[in-house]
Amino acid sequence: MNLLSLRGVSTFYGAIQALRDVSLEVEEGEIVTLIGANGAGKSTLMMTVCGNPRARSGTIVYDGRDITQVPTHLIMRQRIAQAPEGRRIFGRMTVRENLVMGAEVAGHTDIAPLLDQVCDLFPRLRERLTQRGGTLSGGEQQMLAIGRALMAKPRLLLLDEPSLGLAPLVVRQIFTAIRTLNRETGLTVLLVEQNAHQALRLAHRGYVLVNGTITMAGTGAELLARPEIRAAYLEGGH
Amino acid sequence: MKSALRDACLSAAIALGLFAPMVGLVLDNGDQGLVLRGRPIAAAVLVALVFVGRFGMHLWADRPGKEARAIRASRVVPAGVNKFVAPILLGAAIMLPLTGSRYYVDLGTLVLTYVMLGWGLNIVVGLAGLLDLGYVAFYAVGAYAYALLAETFGLGFWTCLPLAGILAAFWGVLLGFPVLRLRGDYLAIVTLAFGEIIRVLLINWVSLTHGPNGIGDIPRPTLFGLRFGMDDGDDTFAGFFGIEPQTVHRVIFLYYLIFALALLTNWVTLRLRRLPLGRAWEALREDEIACRSLGINVTNTKLTAFATGALFGGLAGAFFATRQAFVSPESFTFIESATVLAIVVLGGLGSQLGVALAALVMVGGLEMLRDLLSTIGEQMGSALFSGLAGDLPTYRMLIFGLALVVMMVLRPRGLVSGRTATAVLR
Repeated sequence: MNLLSLRGVSTFYGAIQALRDVSLEVEEGEIVTLIGANGAGKSTLMMTVCGNPRARSGTIVYDGRDITQVPTHLIMRQRIAQAPEGRRIFGRMTVRENLVMGAEVAGHTDIAPLLDQVCDLFPRLRERLTQRGGTLSGGEQQMLAIGRALMAKPRLLLLDEPSLGLAPLVVRQIFTAIRTLNRETGLTVLLVEQNAHQALRLAHRGYVLVNGTITMAGTGAELLARPEIRAAYLEGGH
Repeated sequence: MKSALRDACLSAAIALGLFAPMVGLVLDNGDQGLVLRGRPIAAAVLVALVFVGRFGMHLWADRPGKEARAIRASRVVPAGVNKFVAPILLGAAIMLPLTGSRYYVDLGTLVLTYVMLGWGLNIVVGLAGLLDLGYVAFYAVGAYAYALLAETFGLGFWTCLPLAGILAAFWGVLLGFPVLRLRGDYLAIVTLAFGEIIRVLLINWVSLTHGPNGIGDIPRPTLFGLRFGMDDGDDTFAGFFGIEPQTVHRVIFLYYLIFALALLTNWVTLRLRRLPLGRAWEALREDEIACRSLGINVTNTKLTAFATGALFGGLAGAFFATRQAFVSPESFTFIESATVLAIVVLGGLGSQLGVALAALVMVGGLEMLRDLLSTIGEQMGSALFSGLAGDLPTYRMLIFGLALVVMMVLRPRGLVSGRTATAVLR
């Protein structure tokens, strides 16, 4: 069954159209990745799912319910969690507070076991619980951002460029963690990435976004094998 | 060392450029109209002070152990000073009226009023990170709410106190709505304007507020129905307890009243900080977009911050009205907002103890300094010290500014910059 589906979604920033008639499906238990160049609309698509900005046309259905017009904060309480682009952790609050925020807002009261799970997934965070978020390294901050999203016990996790500005080794750690989560808990993940190679290897399926339109779709392996993908996103790196 | 010297020379040159015309030249009344008189020594002293100060600042900043200090500053320390300083301050505040000095109790009341205002504004600025330059508006709303309710409906202080708080909170929400989308400088400008609008309204709505004449004869507060009067009646405090009526009773009562109100503010703030709402405020200060993506209702969070801050401003305003027994728009100028904001910033955004210390220094400190100087002047029979003491209020703003500059250099995050974590293992 589809956990999330977008049908003919168009999004505008003022008069500028950022998404054109985008349709996309994410099935329960899948890792789906969305790749594309800078400014293709990947982050916009992810933010549109969260209702900020709102889709001007088309429908977004999550878990059988139309959430196109639901206010952002209510969407985020339906077990959708997001690790936003650029991490956006709370710099002056401690790591523990950052994590607690994630659970609290989703309405969970029994926070200790959730905290334990996240710390098991990212042991580095356990060492840093009392430290200020802003003092963490880039990789640790990304782990914190994902951890904070996981504290909401989401069914659907939205990840916006988790590899941004991180060393390859750290990227691998984070992608391994995502795979583990998906295998062990059946968590559904929608992953926006510029790092196409790694993302397609991790994902079950992928979509390619060019200038606000989806131009290709397929399994990760299929897309990896396509010559035009290799030319546009994979050559000259990785 | 060399760069420090060069920088100090440069600062001295700037100071020379500024002070040569501003201090070095004086217009005086001469025999025929005004004459221009030179004051080279005064200007030279100031320039020398700038040179030495700037040089010393560099030496201080470059002293050994720079890295160790930076690392220490990056940790969240459960501010160690809290353990000792707060109880001592609290004890001193409780004991103060025992000195029996009306002067000190009055001064203490003033300081505590600013402590309460500082704590109230701290919710908005320190916790939620919404820069509010018009906080005095809520102080004014609270004061006028009590004054008008008492004048029009003959209500007493204890009835009006919560009403004044609620009205101020309502105005806080009213201010909150139009500024929901604004941040930083833009928010500051709008709140500044809001503060002025309220004041101008109070001046010009003469039929309601009596305009610049203000409202007088505001009823004094009672203690469980007992008045503080001098007539020895059965319904007076002195008459009921069978003691000699003294005006100082009321002064002390007012002191404990504002003390209790300030403690209430502090208690509520500390409680809220540990609740999801308080953490949401702090998260909002850190990153609004992250808050949205977590599912925090940013609108409600902002409005509750404005309302809660305004509530305490309103309560303090009602207290102000009952203490003075008179309110007029003059008491609610921008300088009040600026003072309270300076207290919050100097104290360290978000730090309760820091705000209390800053209020003590900024409001009480200056008075104490004047006292000290005049005492020294009397003891030594020195005209210089007595003269300085007399002139001190004139230099208030200069001292203010100097204190802010020194703070920026030494403690850029305020007196108490350590933030206490709100989520701890249970």
